[in-house]
Amino acid sequence: MNRFDYARAGSLAEALRDGAGDDARYLAGGTNLIDLMKENVERPLRIVDINRLDLHGATELDDGGLRLGALMTNAETAYHPQVEQRFPLLASAILAGASPQLRNAATNGGNLNQRTRCYYFYDTATPCNKRDPGTGCGAIGGVNRIHAILGASPSCIATHPSDMCIALAALGAQVQVTGPEGDRTIAFADYHRLPGDEPWRDNTLRAGELVTGIDLPPDDFTSHYTYLKLRDRLSYAFALVSVAVAMKLEDGRIADARIALGGVAHKPWRRVEAEDTIRNQAPSTQAFETAASALLAGAIGQGENDFKVALARKAVVRALGQAAAGTPQSQIDKRVA
Amino acid sequence: MPTLTASRPLPAEASRPIDTIPITLTVNGSVRRLQVEPWTTLLDLLRDKLDLTGTKKGCDHGQCGACTVLIDGRRINSCLTLAVVRDGCAITTIEGMATGADLHPLQAAFIEHDAFQCGYCTPGQICSAQGLINEGRATSRDDVRELMSGNLCRCGAYTNITDAVMDVLQAEPAR
Repeated sequence: MNRFDYARAGSLAEALRDGAGDDARYLAGGTNLIDLMKENVERPLRIVDINRLDLHGATELDDGGLRLGALMTNAETAYHPQVEQRFPLLASAILAGASPQLRNAATNGGNLNQRTRCYYFYDTATPCNKRDPGTGCGAIGGVNRIHAILGASPSCIATHPSDMCIALAALGAQVQVTGPEGDRTIAFADYHRLPGDEPWRDNTLRAGELVTGIDLPPDDFTSHYTYLKLRDRLSYAFALVSVAVAMKLEDGRIADARIALGGVAHKPWRRVEAEDTIRNQAPSTQAFETAASALLAGAIGQGENDFKVALARKAVVRALGQAAAGTPQSQIDKRVA
Repeated sequence: MPTLTASRPLPAEASRPIDTIPITLTVNGSVRRLQVEPWTTLLDLLRDKLDLTGTKKGCDHGQCGACTVLIDGRRINSCLTLAVVRDGCAITTIEGMATGADLHPLQAAFIEHDAFQCGYCTPGQICSAQGLINEGRATSRDDVRELMSGNLCRCGAYTNITDAVMDVLQAEPAR
């Protein structure tokens, strides 16, 4: 880790002042940033500690939704009574990720802004366009079991590693940010981005901007939801493929369905046209397969991750079935019903 | 092929002197006033400055759990937090678990159930188990297995660790 200046922000204004410039990084829980600093992937000259900012609570919104403070920890969020009761999909996804120790430190804002776990991004002895623009991509033609099958580019095939964000994508959350030019709201689908030819840009935050909260819309997905996570071991591993489903059934037909995939792309993967294929349909394996085909259209493996295309298809069908049946995947008992 | 590290030299400013920062921590009940360099992790502070070497450095990347300590009663990986960020907090390490000569119930249960072989992961396992009990979310063996998954044991004592934690969980209702 390199030497750096340390500033402790007592207010948002102080944070934005001290966080200006390419060499500064905001520090919240630190579970990813400090790790990246130990690997010399991140080498900030100034750390702005934002942990004293008043962003630790959850507040009710006028529209009936819930605002999660950016500095609530992942554990505080998953076990918050309002989240447990009204947004069980989010609680389930958070508890599918990381370990209890990490969830006790990692924050909601940090979860959004965590970097890929691509081996090449972490290894400074190898090329990586995300870490060092223009050096190439080691994962293309290399070790790529965990890499993307959708939305990748010739310059980057990394995936976003979050579980929480997959649920937030399905729930249609909104990200509240503040910055030198004021406050703004970013729809979750627009927050993370595909790599294109600028893979070093993970999201659409502007210079100096800071996430202050995450707004959950009031929609009721408490009866028909699931977070299905498939990985190499049953706990404490990143997803090879994960599926978040939020569904509403009315009179035996699907009135609304949201399907988001994790582990397959540079951002949580949703396609409204795939969801539209099952709207007003009765739940059936055939309908779910149609939706899976639309969601995965164009999916292509990179060699070692070819299996993900078929795995994702089966996982989508399974998850839609779990949601329709009202039998969400347990994050304790990992058996897949 | 030239290494990329070589192509990315540290900016000159990165080598300039930086002041240490005063912090106060309550460590195992004792108030400690300390001067820390901002890049010092809590783990390195405990081991290298406070001589509390019971907390182990396994992977140093938040993957193994050997460095688990309690901060204000909550378990975290001490390798992934800066000491300066925890200014004002109460830290409990394995050295703070026993009361005098009386072992903590988890320590006694780990001995009773032979819940370790080499012992390197044990301080982290015990602090993590205390954190789990404080959280009050575990009742079954499956709960314990899932909620202790952040602590690796390369000797493979998991079955006996689960036995030990279950013993204490069942004897000590969640707080």
